Amino acid sequence: MLEIKNLHARIAEDETEILRGIDLTVNPGETHAIMGPNGSGKSTLSYILAGKDDYEVTEGEILFNGENMLEMEPDERAAAGMFLAFQYPIEIPGVATMEFLKTAMNAQRKARGEDPLSIPDFMKRVKAAAAHLNVSMDMLKRPLNVGFSGGEKKRAEILQMSLLEPKLCVLDETDSGLDIDALRIVSEGVNKLRSPERAMVVITHYQRLLDHIVPDVVHVLSKGRIVKTGDKDLALELEKNGYADYVDTAA
Amino acid sequence: MNVSIPINHTKAESDLFDRFDNVKGALPGSVAVAAMREAAIDQIREKGLPHRRVEEYKYSDLRAFLKSAAPMAAAAEADAVKALLDAENSYGDLDRYRIVIANGRYVAELSDVNALTAEGVLIADISEALTGDNGAQLLASPKSGPNDGIIALNTAFLQGGVVITVKEGVEISKPVELVQVATSAGAQVTRNNVSIGKGAKVRLLETFLGETGEGELNTVFDYSVADTAFLATTRLIAGKTDAARLYTSIATIGAEAELKSLGFIAGPKFARNQQFVEFTGENSEAKIYGVSMAGGDDLADQTLVVDHAVPHCNSREFFKTVLDGRSKGVYQGRINVAQHAQKTDGEMMTQALLLSEEAEMANKPELEIFADDVICAHGATSGQIDEDLLFYLRARGIPEDEAKTLLVLAFLSEAIEEYGEEDVTDRLEQRVRDWLAGH
Amino acid sequence: MPAVQETIDQVKAIDVDQYKYGFVTDIESEKGAKGLSEETVRFLSAKKNEPEWMTEWRLDALRRFKQMDEPSWARVSYPKIDFDDLYYWAAPKSVEGPKSLDEVDPELLATYEKLGIPLAEQEILAGVEPKNRVAVDAVFDSVSVVTTFKEELKKAGVIFCSISEAVREYPDLVKKYLGSVVPVTDNYYATLNSAVFSDGSFVYIPEGVRCPMELSTYFRINEQNTGQFERTLIIAEKGSYVSYLEGCTAPQRDENQLHAAVVELVALDDAEIKYSTVQNWFPGDKDGKGGIYNFVTKRGDCRGKNSKISWTQVETGSAITWKYPSCILRGENSRGEFYSIAVSNGYQQVDSGTKMIHLGKNSSSRIISKGISAGRSQNTYRGLVSAHRKASHARNFTQCDSLLIGQDCGAHTVPYIESKNASAQFEHEATTSKISDDQMFYCLQRGLSEEEAVALIVNGFVKDVIQQLPMEFAVEAQKLISISLEGSVG
Repeated sequence: MLEIKNLHARIAEDETEILRGIDLTVNPGETHAIMGPNGSGKSTLSYILAGKDDYEVTEGEILFNGENMLEMEPDERAAAGMFLAFQYPIEIPGVATMEFLKTAMNAQRKARGEDPLSIPDFMKRVKAAAAHLNVSMDMLKRPLNVGFSGGEKKRAEILQMSLLEPKLCVLDETDSGLDIDALRIVSEGVNKLRSPERAMVVITHYQRLLDHIVPDVVHVLSKGRIVKTGDKDLALELEKNGYADYVDTAA
Repeated sequence: MNVSIPINHTKAESDLFDRFDNVKGALPGSVAVAAMREAAIDQIREKGLPHRRVEEYKYSDLRAFLKSAAPMAAAAEADAVKALLDAENSYGDLDRYRIVIANGRYVAELSDVNALTAEGVLIADISEALTGDNGAQLLASPKSGPNDGIIALNTAFLQGGVVITVKEGVEISKPVELVQVATSAGAQVTRNNVSIGKGAKVRLLETFLGETGEGELNTVFDYSVADTAFLATTRLIAGKTDAARLYTSIATIGAEAELKSLGFIAGPKFARNQQFVEFTGENSEAKIYGVSMAGGDDLADQTLVVDHAVPHCNSREFFKTVLDGRSKGVYQGRINVAQHAQKTDGEMMTQALLLSEEAEMANKPELEIFADDVICAHGATSGQIDEDLLFYLRARGIPEDEAKTLLVLAFLSEAIEEYGEEDVTDRLEQRVRDWLAGH
Repeated sequence: MPAVQETIDQVKAIDVDQYKYGFVTDIESEKGAKGLSEETVRFLSAKKNEPEWMTEWRLDALRRFKQMDEPSWARVSYPKIDFDDLYYWAAPKSVEGPKSLDEVDPELLATYEKLGIPLAEQEILAGVEPKNRVAVDAVFDSVSVVTTFKEELKKAGVIFCSISEAVREYPDLVKKYLGSVVPVTDNYYATLNSAVFSDGSFVYIPEGVRCPMELSTYFRINEQNTGQFERTLIIAEKGSYVSYLEGCTAPQRDENQLHAAVVELVALDDAEIKYSTVQNWFPGDKDGKGGIYNFVTKRGDCRGKNSKISWTQVETGSAITWKYPSCILRGENSRGEFYSIAVSNGYQQVDSGTKMIHLGKNSSSRIISKGISAGRSQNTYRGLVSAHRKASHARNFTQCDSLLIGQDCGAHTVPYIESKNASAQFEHEATTSKISDDQMFYCLQRGLSEEEAVALIVNGFVKDVIQQLPMEFAVEAQKLISISLEGSVG
């Protein structure tokens, strides 16, 4: 589904090199975890996948279902099935969450040549998804992410993920700022979305999220490169020994 | 239709024209400077003193305030100046250098010339500089206030002042107090040019001692802050007086430089502190604070224009006004952002506390923005002391007067504390208390 | 290139050529002589069969106008208007004063239909009252062509007719209130209007009556070189309520056209007037050619205690907008509100805002202003909030936000906040910013196109004001904003 080949990227403004040759293949149905110390390039990778133009790809390619993803606009990527759960979801004053959901869902449907959802159909979907994630109607009426607590913001992200039904979900530090209960709710929401057709890339600093969302493959990212790949036990080992070994390996 | 109808001059205006004719021969400057003086007085002749129909003076009608114009102050006796300096003191035992201007003229022998020279600070008498070939260049006008009436008056009658040059990289070890002294009645009109070299750091204290009788005090400071330099200037416009106190700052700020200022007004019947600040280099910062206190039928006016002419500069303007009696507070602040001045961050706040029924506040915070990638905001509030707070303090046994004092201090200190420079501003608290007790 | 930049380019390319109402109605019309003179005024007054006192009132205004200078304080620039090169009277020939619907020229009815203004009176069918009925006074150039639902309103005691008719039929009311809120010499354009006002609406709501339907006036300028000088007067007696809507459009022409209106509102004890405007005059073409000069004086007088006047405006049209709907809060506990969206694109110049003048005790006011500048336009908010000596415990809250789209436009905020009463509490906040790259990127990531994202964010930005509009208007306004900014959306 996702193939990243020898990806090099830098910050557009000051040309700081961040990614230094990443190779990663994610197949449908798989869940990959990308772990690494702060500054290893985890968030950069997620932004590049989503198409943020603060970064410049200097070498390599990204194929999404065989298509060159780097040539697609962010909204085209979204319509093609790429979803990024932001580490820091953006506040949009005055735009009710519900209104935003409807606009986004119908925009993607339109891009795929589908009819817009009828209001009752839309409501039914939202209500069902919201109930699973413990998101209240009241919260849906509030402006998107404005005044939401950390947990509410993350739940709203997962709610969007479940409604937009993406093919590839990239979760950027979804566990940051969550307490245990919120972490459980969010993880359950994510796990429900796991399916043989869908792939997940879970970016995290800590192992604890991976107790809830158990990955098939774990990668360690350091200084812009994947320095080790293993199964879920690799995460446990990292938890115990820290990143020190891998940081040195990369150096 | 711009048919210029000759205006009827007020008595003060006629006095000023007479005064000009009397003193112009004795005022310092080259031929070019003399021509500028003539042009400036002609501007007053044509348009009159600034009045309420001039937008910038909408709330501060200088023309209506000035009933007459006193003669210019005569040169001071050195002994009298010394006696006054020994008797009065704006900052107690604060360790500082001193530059003295008495009755509008620089007094080198009472200034810390040697010590300052040793630190890398050159001081020249502006009245001598004005006679030189480049004299006229010392009288530049701000871009955003080219025809300002107060500056025109200053140009016309300018008696003296200093040209201070701080060499590149010099960090003056102590604050420098530029003290203006009046040993006798009469108008004082001065201009001080302060150039701060690259990377230099200066803390300036602007003070005034004595009485000018009915004579106006018109002081212009022209600061040029070079790249990576730092200037903090604390201006005291204090003391009860019926005369007008007119202060102007013209500042240009180079790249990666910082300007901080605090304008503190308490006491005069008519005080205007006007500042024209222009960014000329990127990544610089201006932090401009004001504290005004007015009682009786005083007018305290803080007027400010900040020109963001280049990208990536931040400005913060924070002004506090406390009004009692039938006084009037004025805040006019404008942030201009030029079309190419992207990434400007400007934040302006003005707050007023009205202690009496008859006090008046006029706030006019303006934004004029031609660049799109900016974050600019302003806020304005006015109201009275929160009765619940007052009651709470009194319920804890604090008498009403002291409770009010506490609340006023708390209100003003928000701006003073943000300005910082504690060793200097620590001494302002007592001034606030004194003002509250005695205005 | 940042994502927003492309949007800006698109907006720039589309510009203001989207104007949908630029057609001209081909109808035979009668014009008065060109020029501003005593003859013009007398001709106009005679055309309207006005009583002598009205003619004199106009002539007095004309004499005063001739002594006044055009104000220059607003941030707008335009070539000097030659008042002697304008027509002050133009009317479709078929109109000899407002008629019943079946007598109106079908060409006019077709025009209004094309503009989306229903002039038919929906009948009550089988006892079921249709929802949201709106009574309309349609003003075409200098005359009111028809006023609907007049009879039904009369049953409730409500007078809704053209001002020309009111001058003839209700002279006592007109004499009492005309010019009582906006005096003849209030300002240059108001004085001009007083001399040559052509038509407009008159509304009188008697004591204790809640007007049974929304009232609305639709202004259309059709003729070339003709100024429109509408005059509207609304009086709400004690304890009454009325909601009034105003809309306006004009054909696309290369010359600038002048529109100088005066609107006066009077609210007595416990009365409430809600006045909503969607201003969509022709804004000029993409090169800034043509468009309406809109110089309008709108003022409400909260004369009675507990009275309330609320202005809501959506300004998308006009080459120049000079307009400050204001409230004089004279009554104790009176309340004034101003909700405004001003969108400017192309070469439009907007200088608009409000005045809240607190005279009465416990009077309160609220100002929410949202300015959006795009293209090469200049958009200024200019406002005054003042509390006079006796206005103890007056309250004001002002929120004034500007959004910039593109680097060739300007957004300016000029508030005057004057308190002469210690217990008056004023709060003012203003911000200026652009649509953030982060917001744009977030929307794009969720699959919105750039135009959709801009429309969404702008709609969020203006929401507080849109909510104040009557339902049908709100939808229209939202569409209009999208069209003004993007054209392709909505």
